[in-house]
Amino acid sequence: MAARSQMALSLGFHIIFSCIGMVMPFFMAVSHFLWLRTGKQVYQNVTKAWSKGVAIFFATGAVSGTVLSFELGLLWPTFMKHAGPIFGMPFSLEGTAFFIEAIALGFFLYGWKRFNRWFHWFTGVVVGVSGLTSGILVVAANSWMNSPTGFDFVNGQYTNIDPIKAMFNPAWFSQALHMCIAAFAATGFAVAGVHALMMLRKSSVDFHLRSFKIAAIFGVVAAILQPLSGDVSAKMVAKRQPAKLAAMEAHFKTEPYSPLIIGGIPDVKNKKVDYAIELPGMLSFLVYDDFKTPVKGLDEIPEQDHPPVAVTHYAFQIMVALGMAMMALGVIYIIAIWKKKGWFEKGWFLKLFILATPIGFIAVEAGWTVTEVGRQPWIIQGVMRTADAVTPMPGIHYSFYLFTAVYFTLSIAVIFLLYRQIKMVPVIYDVNPQTK
Amino acid sequence: MIYVVIVFLWVSLLLYLVMGGADFGAGIIELFTSTPNKSRTRRIMYNAIGPIWEANHMWLIIAIVILFVGFPTIYATMSTYLHIPLTVMLMGIIARGTALTFRNYDAVNDNMQKIYNKIFVYSSFITPLFLGIIAGSAVSGRVDPQANNFMDAYVYSWLNWFSVAIGFFTTSLCGFLAAIYLIGEARDDAERRSFIRKARIMNVAAVVSGGVVFIVSIKENIPLVQWVFGNFIGIAAVGLASISLVLLWYLISKGKRYIIRVLAGFQMTMILLTTTYKHYPNIVILKGGGHLSLIEHRGADKAIQALGIALLLGSILILPALFYLVWSFQKKSANGDADLHH
Repeated sequence: MAARSQMALSLGFHIIFSCIGMVMPFFMAVSHFLWLRTGKQVYQNVTKAWSKGVAIFFATGAVSGTVLSFELGLLWPTFMKHAGPIFGMPFSLEGTAFFIEAIALGFFLYGWKRFNRWFHWFTGVVVGVSGLTSGILVVAANSWMNSPTGFDFVNGQYTNIDPIKAMFNPAWFSQALHMCIAAFAATGFAVAGVHALMMLRKSSVDFHLRSFKIAAIFGVVAAILQPLSGDVSAKMVAKRQPAKLAAMEAHFKTEPYSPLIIGGIPDVKNKKVDYAIELPGMLSFLVYDDFKTPVKGLDEIPEQDHPPVAVTHYAFQIMVALGMAMMALGVIYIIAIWKKKGWFEKGWFLKLFILATPIGFIAVEAGWTVTEVGRQPWIIQGVMRTADAVTPMPGIHYSFYLFTAVYFTLSIAVIFLLYRQIKMVPVIYDVNPQTK
Repeated sequence: MIYVVIVFLWVSLLLYLVMGGADFGAGIIELFTSTPNKSRTRRIMYNAIGPIWEANHMWLIIAIVILFVGFPTIYATMSTYLHIPLTVMLMGIIARGTALTFRNYDAVNDNMQKIYNKIFVYSSFITPLFLGIIAGSAVSGRVDPQANNFMDAYVYSWLNWFSVAIGFFTTSLCGFLAAIYLIGEARDDAERRSFIRKARIMNVAAVVSGGVVFIVSIKENIPLVQWVFGNFIGIAAVGLASISLVLLWYLISKGKRYIIRVLAGFQMTMILLTTTYKHYPNIVILKGGGHLSLIEHRGADKAIQALGIALLLGSILILPALFYLVWSFQKKSANGDADLHH
């Protein structure tokens, strides 16, 4: 249990650091492009300010990623012993992508005034593209755990290994798409929220308004696209991991016109959900595009293969609810740019975005909880149980306490650092056009 | 293809030892610099390693990925029985990476800087110490998969004089590398002299701790003398390393800045060669004479094949970019461009 908690904790932090690290370079590149095109000083300032954020998050993301590559073995040696060669392909490519990102970042951060301006811009784009590539590759490795392919499992032996097939496992595309869009939405709203707060405080408004607009548009577009990829993902889960889908929906009974269960408190003992809204036939429709086909419920799955229903269900509900909230905010934003330009100065409009600052990341964490907890008791779906994969070393809970302390200190430190960066914006950058 | 993978593993370890080692060493040098000179050392160091800092540490990730994809049994065994030193090393990596980032990116300059610096220098010392301990444990024959109590399985596997001596040897090598590197980055004569003095101290420390490693190995019945001097390659490598060390000190007095770096790198190559050549293809020696071998304990053929191709493709993309990065910032710093703050 301590091993699971430690892994969950490490991944939980890494997912935030790396999402920001892989998405912010794109914001930076847009602002950089606008500076090169328009020559407006404020865009260069925005780019430089963001590049510091990227540097901070890249470094913490790289460090937490290094830790994870060791933790896989420290905590799950049995899993890695068998799975390493099979799902290692994306990791070996990811090493390359990550390396390129590190090199490009070196060029970008230290390259001001040293290189051709467009070459310098290009290195910033490379940071983003290679970061995104690493993200996709890592998710491909995770999706293999959900839909293991590329080997034969006979009498406890893993034979006939095909790492390429394992990398392009059936779930890789839907999961990677869902994660990438989520990263854009979460980071977009988080960054926009911070800048909205500064606008509300009337601090360096021009600087923050331009930053806000760039970040928000990424977040808005991603939030509106996300339900489509969610649908693709859900259909994949229904096909490959019926137990996970059943747990997400707290869907206990297999029956025609399977209902979509919204909210509620799952009562695992009596196999029912209290206080939920049920939409008959909707689950069948979402999964099979037809209201009648029954969706496999938990009653058709042996009890020892059930994931924790309550956690998976709550996490899924939270993810969907927050996703919807972001989508609604996205629609408001689009109305603002089309019809109601004045909204950008309105307090309520900014306050909505400030409120939305953390929700993207809460949704990311919830979604990740769904995919990991929903796969339990398996570490490799249908092949290896998590309990059989864990390290034989006793006393892992001490290691868990240690990592918990370290990660919490680290997060507080990162927030503190960003706070100081943002606070210093008026001092470091000449952002007030009147003084120019 | 297995040999391609093994070469990549070896080269990544070497590059991590050299590039990452110099990087750790910069922190070690700072730890042993008197307070009034610390900030100057820090500035030179930051200018020198800033742009390639991230890249230096990628080599460790590459080596780890090669191990878990290509040699999963070795990876699983090491991470089970050397869990504790690996965890300490990870803590060092986290602390060091974040402290370095923080001291460069904290917009406000106040007392927090002192805390970052403290964390940075101590973790720069602890990380290579434990890296060395892990390397020493791999060959010390104390890793015991048959052990049936906690201390034998998870503590004495690495807590022995031999491993600890290797840890200190590694640390002094890192300090030596950094000092040699920083000699070339010094901006005036006083700085230069100070780094030369540091290089000398670190050189002595490396020789002394290296000697201790040999003495301890005899005491603990580890046939290190025979591994190093029992074959032609070992003797030749030690000889070449010694000759190049003499040459290095001669060239330092002549004020050559690039060739001494090459020579220091060459010495690291020779040290890694002597310590790995005799065991090859064994990489971990277990208690009771068993071993884990890169040939016998390799992963499935197709996995090795794919890994080799990925590494080859990766190096086509990475190496030119990396060289261009190092080269372009070297060129700028040679032009005396001190403005690295953006």
